Amino acid sequence: MFDIKSFYEAKDVKDAIDALVKEPAAQIISGGTDVLIRVREGKDAGTALVSVHKIPELKGVKLLENGDLWVGAGTSFSHITGDPLIQKLVPMLGEAVDLVGGPQIRNTGTIGGNICNGATSADSASTMWTLDAVVVLEGPEGQRKVPVREFYTGPGRTVRERTEVCTGFLIAKENYEGWAGHYIKYGKRKAMEIATLGCAVRVKLSEDKKRIEDVRLGYGVAGPTPLRCVKAEESLKGHEVSDREAVENFAKTALTEVNPRSSWRASREFRLQLIEELSKRALAEAVKKAGGAANA
Amino acid sequence: MLKIIHMKVNGKEVELAVDERESLLDTLRQRLGLTSVKKGCEVGECGACTVLVDGEAIDSCIYLAMWADGKSVMTVEGLKGPNGELSPIQRIFIEEAAVQCGFCTPGLIMSAVEIVGTGKKYTREELKKQISGHLCRCTGYENILNAMERIIEEVYQFSHKE
Repeated sequence: MFDIKSFYEAKDVKDAIDALVKEPAAQIISGGTDVLIRVREGKDAGTALVSVHKIPELKGVKLLENGDLWVGAGTSFSHITGDPLIQKLVPMLGEAVDLVGGPQIRNTGTIGGNICNGATSADSASTMWTLDAVVVLEGPEGQRKVPVREFYTGPGRTVRERTEVCTGFLIAKENYEGWAGHYIKYGKRKAMEIATLGCAVRVKLSEDKKRIEDVRLGYGVAGPTPLRCVKAEESLKGHEVSDREAVENFAKTALTEVNPRSSWRASREFRLQLIEELSKRALAEAVKKAGGAANA
Repeated sequence: MLKIIHMKVNGKEVELAVDERESLLDTLRQRLGLTSVKKGCEVGECGACTVLVDGEAIDSCIYLAMWADGKSVMTVEGLKGPNGELSPIQRIFIEEAAVQCGFCTPGLIMSAVEIVGTGKKYTREELKKQISGHLCRCTGYENILNAMERIIEEVYQFSHKE
């Protein structure tokens, strides 16, 4: 038996918000693969829970009329990976969430939980940052949209109010069309692991596939929150795919924009080495996926 | 507080009262006596409690019983034939000596049911990823992977006969 003070299964988003307002200490549970662990460990023992697990409107991926992609917050990782729209338009996101935990966790855990936990190590986060995704929140005051880059306020902390339900994420057409990307998760083992470091790179190549028109570099565990290395991105824009010096400079510039810490998983020094090296490897893969030469 | 839920367990409709704080694992073991579902780590890491909910493998230790309301749940008990025969997956696990102490076996078998159900072929590396949510402390996984490869091959051959 879990040490839960109270449990409420919300029927829809409005119902969930009302329940959160009514029970002043209640927190949201979605897939439960993190919340129930925290309850079991005692960290969240005695908590009141409002479950959004069974709300149909939070599930699935949709293409909106304006071409934006909508990813429901309650969509499980395996459903994201298996979704035809994700596979066609943002395969990188499906690949990234396919590295979370193990198969059973991916069948239960949701992308909404992954982002709203505020963990820097979340496998979906760095990709969502490179996609400039927008977090859609619904609360007692109505709906608001927060760019994912402004969503995090610190380790485990976000701008989401306790009474707000994350309903989904928007990925604008200009952020996926013509782009390709690659996410590398570095861990001590290949599965059932929390990232020591995560590196996401997206690129947009010129028509002849020789020049990098635009590039985005995102990290997890390179600081207290997921982050983007905008200076590194700027330094590489316009350069030839084969320009090794520019790529070296890209990786070196990234080092000036991160702030990893030492933890039991890895030292700061090792993380810095990973940040430099993985940016180049993820870039090479992203270029390859975009149809460019592999030797970038 | 007790709540009434309805679910289909191994093909049979059941109605029962569960505590809202209860994991599906506890419901299956203690209220329904389905003891193939093993209680291992209780934090979703070992996979011993794996069951299928609407055809998808989940760790029942971190899945609330309340969430199974209206769903279809399958455990190893649901695999046996009309006269208690083993399913092909179970038989191959035995033939390949993929079972030693047996604690991880029911969970692995349920994952195998999900994997075989996709009808896809998998390389050994892909299979390693597919069973990465299970811990086995006896076999070193080699015989488990052998069994999985054989099951997938046999099902593939069978379904592509015509």
